[in-house]
Amino acid sequence: MENPNHNAGGAGAQDAAPRWDHLVQDDYVHGSLYTDSRIFQLELEKIWFRTWVYVGHESEIPEPNDYVMKSIGPEPIIMARDREGNVRLLHNRCPHRGNRVVVADHGNARSFTCPYHGWTFSNDGALRGWPFPSGYEGVDRGRYGLGKVARVASYRGFVFGSLAAEGPSLQEHLGAAAKAIDDLCDTSPEGEVQLTAGFLKHKVKSNWKFLVENETDGYHPSFVHASVFEVTQSRIGELYSAESEAVSRDFGNGHTEIDLRPEFRKRDIPLSWFGTSEDRLPDYAARMRQAYGNERARSIMIDGTPHIMIYPNLFIAEIQIFVIQPLAVDETVQHVTALQFKGTPDLNRRLRQQTMGSVGPAGFLLADDAEMYERTQMGVRMRNPEWLFLGRGKHRERRDADGFRVGDATDETPTRGIWRHYRSLMEAA
Amino acid sequence: MAMTPEQRDTLEDVTQFLYREARLQDEHEYDAWEALWTEDGVYWVPANGDDTDPEKVMSIIYDNRSRIRLRVQQFHTGKRFSQTPQSRLRRLVSNIEVLADDGHEIRAACNVMVFETKLRGDVLWAARTDYTLRRHDGDLRMAYKKVMLVNNAEALYSMSFLI
Repeated sequence: MENPNHNAGGAGAQDAAPRWDHLVQDDYVHGSLYTDSRIFQLELEKIWFRTWVYVGHESEIPEPNDYVMKSIGPEPIIMARDREGNVRLLHNRCPHRGNRVVVADHGNARSFTCPYHGWTFSNDGALRGWPFPSGYEGVDRGRYGLGKVARVASYRGFVFGSLAAEGPSLQEHLGAAAKAIDDLCDTSPEGEVQLTAGFLKHKVKSNWKFLVENETDGYHPSFVHASVFEVTQSRIGELYSAESEAVSRDFGNGHTEIDLRPEFRKRDIPLSWFGTSEDRLPDYAARMRQAYGNERARSIMIDGTPHIMIYPNLFIAEIQIFVIQPLAVDETVQHVTALQFKGTPDLNRRLRQQTMGSVGPAGFLLADDAEMYERTQMGVRMRNPEWLFLGRGKHRERRDADGFRVGDATDETPTRGIWRHYRSLMEAA
Repeated sequence: MAMTPEQRDTLEDVTQFLYREARLQDEHEYDAWEALWTEDGVYWVPANGDDTDPEKVMSIIYDNRSRIRLRVQQFHTGKRFSQTPQSRLRRLVSNIEVLADDGHEIRAACNVMVFETKLRGDVLWAARTDYTLRRHDGDLRMAYKKVMLVNNAEALYSMSFLI
């Protein structure tokens, strides 16, 4: 292997701060980025507890006072709809003694009561009452609500939170990735995604960044998923062949995609993206034509849904979404559910069936991805070579009409984009 | 209440069947395991509790008969990497009860603990399992198997072996 231009060595045991320009280079990243627990702590501060992180979808709490347990990084977060219908993100920690307030996974409640000393909070976080109040004479009750996520914003029902009071807006953060969410919503004749199928939680002994990178790595499917392509009539393999006209794209801000539309447009068959056809989903096709008109409906049904990794934790994977949650430097959970669209029961049923077959701990696809996550985690603990090589397709990387970097489907343009953004986040003061 | 001799025979048949299924799973005898299924078999491993509706929400496994066959075929490719190399497995099957028997179909249940060791390390799995077994040419076949993992509401490591 060609050696990168640097001195050997990890984050530098003596250094106060890692040298990001050394660890993250154009075509190489250092193995310690996946294994050093001090780096993981810095990532929590600079990425997970600062930038916009996807938390949940509004359809998971449709009614006033509904709530569901979510997370930002390793931290549990209550996502609640208050009485007025506003979405609230609250830290699940009693401001009195630190007890976990809510232990149920979801429910409907106007208030949450801490079981330890009976402090009661409304579902907007405000402290409504504390038992035996004479003991708190002169204390300002207003100061002891549940912690609130500093900024909450929603795009087309996708709720994001940032623990930093200031920073780029959600629109600025999403940038061009917002268009992918629009395209996703267009898959519904009513323009809405609904996440109603519950989540599988699949744990891996691996660093979270291996998962993020893999989501838009178009090089691995031909090998890791060869067993599936061999035993099914799936045409997914073609999309990730060396001859594929699909492209990989770096949207900036860490967001990356595999744009499969060139291949689907070549096929020119509505719903081919989903391995099916209009005559198998006649109700869906009819509703789409009614909602969007023949031409637009046909084009939506040819293009299919996006394959986009919205940094740092939301992977929209055509028929399902994954939410990536880091727990420790070498432990990550992927929460996954079938995409469901408003007004499309026949499509939704098929989406659930295919998702259940593909993903989760026993999934035909994801169990094998997980195996690679865990083996790479073991691998990067080894000493020689210390670096990972990200150079695939660099010589043919180009700019598209919008100025975004694109590569062939199997190129590492997305991986390089993810690391460029990572370095900028980690270098920020 | 004391069992009749017929009930004892049925319990013994069921017990031997469940032991055999356990051994075939532990030893990755995929084809022999698949042959235990009826043609309308359903293999279900729910998530997030034991009483969910698999037609509405996600399950860890919810295979109809053709997907069971596909699962076995995937093992045979030699490229099912999460089982290449295979997990080393041993399971104990216990608390076997026959819950109902109409002469044609038997509903049975048991508890199971599975010790798994693989590259990642060791995992101990525990479950309650419900079966519907059908009498077939003097033997039994599985028409329905529901595996209720004790920790199915938690985040789980991959379990692509036959549970």
